[in-house]
Amino acid sequence: MSLPTTPLGALLAILIMALITYLTRSGGVLIMSRVPIGPRMERFINAMSGSVLVAVIMPTAVEGDWGARLALVATLVAMLLTRKPLIAIAAGILSAALWRALVG
Amino acid sequence: MASPSSTGARLDIAGTLLGMRRMAPMALFVIAFGLAFGVAAAQRGLSDVETLLMSALVFAGASQFAVLEIWGPEIPLVALIATTFAINARHLLMGAALYPWLQHLPTRQRYASLVVLSDSNWAMAADDFRRGERNVGMLVGGGLALWLAWLIGTLIGVIFGSGITDPERYGLDVIMGCFLLSMLVGGARQLSILIPWSVAALSAFVALRWLPANSHVIVGALAGGLAGLWLPAKGTRNTRRAS
Repeated sequence: MSLPTTPLGALLAILIMALITYLTRSGGVLIMSRVPIGPRMERFINAMSGSVLVAVIMPTAVEGDWGARLALVATLVAMLLTRKPLIAIAAGILSAALWRALVG
Repeated sequence: MASPSSTGARLDIAGTLLGMRRMAPMALFVIAFGLAFGVAAAQRGLSDVETLLMSALVFAGASQFAVLEIWGPEIPLVALIATTFAINARHLLMGAALYPWLQHLPTRQRYASLVVLSDSNWAMAADDFRRGERNVGMLVGGGLALWLAWLIGTLIGVIFGSGITDPERYGLDVIMGCFLLSMLVGGARQLSILIPWSVAALSAFVALRWLPANSHVIVGALAGGLAGLWLPAKGTRNTRRAS
């Protein structure tokens, strides 16, 4: 099942995202007012929220060109060194641009 | 969970304005992230209005970037829902941590405050709560400041981004991947989290190769989450840094 990328389809996709995001924002308080979130559920959610980022990045790492792969490596290294996302992202963009300008 | 020295909570204009002011330095950075999102969305073919609407209504950077990755000629519905939910599921824990505080607000104020719940204002509000502050203005005001900055940044990005015709040349196509990776690394608190992440990477890879298109998101998220169940128990909800 998928939505067409027409103005209406895109609007619907955005509204669905907004609704789900609000459910996550309000859900924690709503659930806690009935049953407390246990440590097992907390571990599952913690691991899942990082894992989905890993999964989303995978296609770039697997199917991207070497410029894109280098960008990910540069971001990782810069992030580990500086802990500053903006610097890390800039390093990634710069690496991809340089690689493509110099190597092709 | 920390025990507050006072019970009760209230929401007022003065506290909200103070929250906005305390968030101002962080909000400047958020403008830059919003700019990156605006550029990325424009390159992905979203119209200016769609991009701004997404930032205004969703207001959750990582999930917005991630959805761009699956935004093509068609938008796969299950992957859209799963991606948005899985990335934003951390809000469930953040909200739960604030429950002992917010339960003292009238119901409508409580659920209205949560509209702008985000990583940075949550971290600062959770700190206020631990120190016994009754005013929840940091949560609401800080959230409003972040929301405004995110929207302004997106607007600048949209204006700037639609003028670029050759994004690969400038490396702009990698913004999404780099943003998500930096969020991932920045959110890592303990080395053991690498175990579920490796499981997620491996299963996402398998899904990418042999399972239907876009299933890698759900497969990776669930596999990583399940692997997380075997990790040693350690509460992280009070130690998360603003990101």
